Amino acid sequence: MADLRIDIAGVKSPNPFWLASAPPTNTGDQVARAFDTGWGGAVWKTLGEPIVNVYSRYGAVDLNGVKMMGLNNIELITDRTLDVNLREIRDVKRRYPKHALIVSLMVESKREAWHDIVKRVEDTGCDGLELNFGCPHGMSERGMGSAVGQVPEYACQITGWVKEVARTPVFVKLTPNVSDIVFPGRAAKKGGADAISLINTINSVMGVDLDTLAPNPSVGGKSSHGGYCGPAVKPIALHMVSAIAKDPEIQLPISGIGGISTWRDAAEFMLLGATTVQVCTAVMHHGFRIVEDMIDGLSNWLDDKGFARAQDIVGRSLPRVVKWEELNLNYQHVATIDRAKCIECDLCYIACWDGAHQAIRLDTTSGMRRPVVIDEACVGCNLCKLVCPVEGCISMSPRETGAPGVTWKDYTKGAKLAPRAHHDNH
Amino acid sequence: MGLTAEQIAANFAEVVPAMTEAEARAEANRCLYCYDAPCTRACPTHIDVPAFIKKIATGNLRGSARVILEANVMGGSCARACPVEELCEGACVEAMHEKRPIQIARLQRHATDWALARKELPFRAGADIGRSVGVVGAGPAGLSCAAEARRLGFRVTVYEARELLGGLNTTAIADYKLTAATALAEAELVKGLGAEFRLGCAVGREVTWDELLQKHDAVFVGVGLGGTRRLGVPGENLKGVMDALTFIEELKLKPKRDVWVGRRVCVVGAGNTAIDAVTQAKRLGADVSFIAYRRGEAEKPCYDFEYDLAKKDACLFYWHLAPVRIEGDGRVERAVFKGADGREVAFETDMVIVAIGQAPRSDLLGSAPGVKRDEKGRVVVDAVTKQTSNPRIFAGGDCVNGGKEVVNAVADGKAAARGIEKMGIGTEKPRRHESTEVSRSGKNG
Repeated sequence: MADLRIDIAGVKSPNPFWLASAPPTNTGDQVARAFDTGWGGAVWKTLGEPIVNVYSRYGAVDLNGVKMMGLNNIELITDRTLDVNLREIRDVKRRYPKHALIVSLMVESKREAWHDIVKRVEDTGCDGLELNFGCPHGMSERGMGSAVGQVPEYACQITGWVKEVARTPVFVKLTPNVSDIVFPGRAAKKGGADAISLINTINSVMGVDLDTLAPNPSVGGKSSHGGYCGPAVKPIALHMVSAIAKDPEIQLPISGIGGISTWRDAAEFMLLGATTVQVCTAVMHHGFRIVEDMIDGLSNWLDDKGFARAQDIVGRSLPRVVKWEELNLNYQHVATIDRAKCIECDLCYIACWDGAHQAIRLDTTSGMRRPVVIDEACVGCNLCKLVCPVEGCISMSPRETGAPGVTWKDYTKGAKLAPRAHHDNH
Repeated sequence: MGLTAEQIAANFAEVVPAMTEAEARAEANRCLYCYDAPCTRACPTHIDVPAFIKKIATGNLRGSARVILEANVMGGSCARACPVEELCEGACVEAMHEKRPIQIARLQRHATDWALARKELPFRAGADIGRSVGVVGAGPAGLSCAAEARRLGFRVTVYEARELLGGLNTTAIADYKLTAATALAEAELVKGLGAEFRLGCAVGREVTWDELLQKHDAVFVGVGLGGTRRLGVPGENLKGVMDALTFIEELKLKPKRDVWVGRRVCVVGAGNTAIDAVTQAKRLGADVSFIAYRRGEAEKPCYDFEYDLAKKDACLFYWHLAPVRIEGDGRVERAVFKGADGREVAFETDMVIVAIGQAPRSDLLGSAPGVKRDEKGRVVVDAVTKQTSNPRIFAGGDCVNGGKEVVNAVADGKAAARGIEKMGIGTEKPRRHESTEVSRSGKNG
């Protein structure tokens, strides 16, 4: 059995699976039940000055019958009083001393306000703080949340204020609604952050109701942009996590967030640099019980792969994330279609013909209509393999070019390319 | 003896239920949207199956019904009566992949029910081109030809000998597959395209071929087949001997409890009509209902799924038995067969249903001017245009193919309307059929 225990910036957790600061961590009762179910940690729903929420808080995108491929919200921070929250945090921490309990914070951009809340929250015995510089809706109109995260100087300054008084590790949660995530990451580092959480939600309008013509989620016929999350955002989050993890200036532990629903998602985030992962949408969809397979699946996978500790996989795949110009231009592979597995849906054919590089033809000689790869025309783009509904039917087979590796940099300096497929050749 | 009304109603309830919207969406989302899809190629009317299914998935039921009904105006009955295991669903790639073909027939019903409920076809007749087609027979072939001809802008008059629309669709398909009410409602939709219907108007009785050819630029013949062939054995005229189509039609058009059924029912023949007869006799309350067939199990002309259905109804099958005579004192008491070994076998029975196929309508077709028929009495037509040896007469459906599915008749009717258009019938330069290929019928019970 692999050791799933995790240490991130000195915060210890029985496993890397945390609940993100969101509706599932709104109350002490929820967090306690989550810990009972197996969650290793939780980031409490953001505390701050009292707010009022609207009716209609969430909207979703379904895909071909699959519900909630993406979820957004226009909910603000906690709408419960600070005293009630602090009492429940203290109570949960006392009952679950070995679990990680982080408290998310967002107050107006005044040094005293931040000092005050940090002190009051740390009095509960919580394990750390997470500064919400990410919320892209509502609070940002009042100069908080992503309004801070989008301006590196503000992020740096507020992190500095918090660090002046904080006794526990400080996580800074970044907004993805920026042109380059690395700059706010560096600002957090400069301000003294102990760890970075990302990504917060992505700004979004979920859709329009075609009966009423009202955008959704509708608040009496009107809507506002909100924060988008769920399985659909995972690739965006993976990119940003790896960008922060690879930056030589930042070098802070990362708590990864964004569309994590399964142990597979979690493993991918960890391989790209996340030490812990935070989950929200999947719990909002299926409840706390999903953590059971996350723990079980990750543990089995670590065993199968021969990793003794979950912590050992953190960042393992990062060296393989490189700039485009460092990719080998002489690596080639071509599609191979397994005739025995082919069901002749011919989706690969039409995808290649209409949507890619015209390298699959239909062989009708036997009275059947089998897709056949035209090797010399195949540019190895993968599209056929991606559209093929049959597991293992289309594979990409390496093609030996015999040529040494050549990057774009080498090429621009005169290195020779191996012969390659070209449209105009056929 | 004697089932209650509730039992009979349950026995004749639809075997395949309608889908809910949720079921239909979920199933539609399973469709892979194959390129040049095998299901479409397997359909005689070439309904663009992935297109109509995708439209169900997006909630565009009007568009979905249009795709189906433009290709096959009887799409609602085909959704219920087609042997889909042999056609679209049999060709579905998911039969190979997930081992569960997409439920194309049920999805097609879902979309066409949308049109049936609104009592209108989701497309209109074409602009008048000033030419006219007379359609003989308001069965699937005739209705299909009428609908397509209206779409192409022909004026259309349909001549139907009976007072009833729909032909065998209305009178000969087991209720648990397709009710007469559905078949009639679907036939009514064609009226909405502006075709004129003359019911109770038989060729040779109320109207002549000459009058038809005088009044119309082209005539389409979709008269189907005639009555059930006779066994040609002694005792065939005894009370209690009946042909399958009459029995099934009574079941379709009368309250079920008013239809007489024997206690021990012997069905002669093993085609799909024989199956309909043997199962419905059982469902109506016969104690024993069995089939006697002159060839073996492997040679039975019915589809396997029909055979399975009858076996599930506890119908019995006796193979290699050729009918010799029917015995009884005024009424049927015994049916005597000769086995493969030459010995006679007698079955106690009070009802013999003959289902050995229908004979061609030789008298009617024989009187059609210049229309050639083959040695089996089937009208000879061009495979593409459905033009007969009389350039102004076209034909399709059972009278051409000898007895196939509803969907084949629909395909023929549509092809004929297009053929009339393509051959320029009614214009100054009409053409004769030129392609050498000639339609041939397939398997026929």
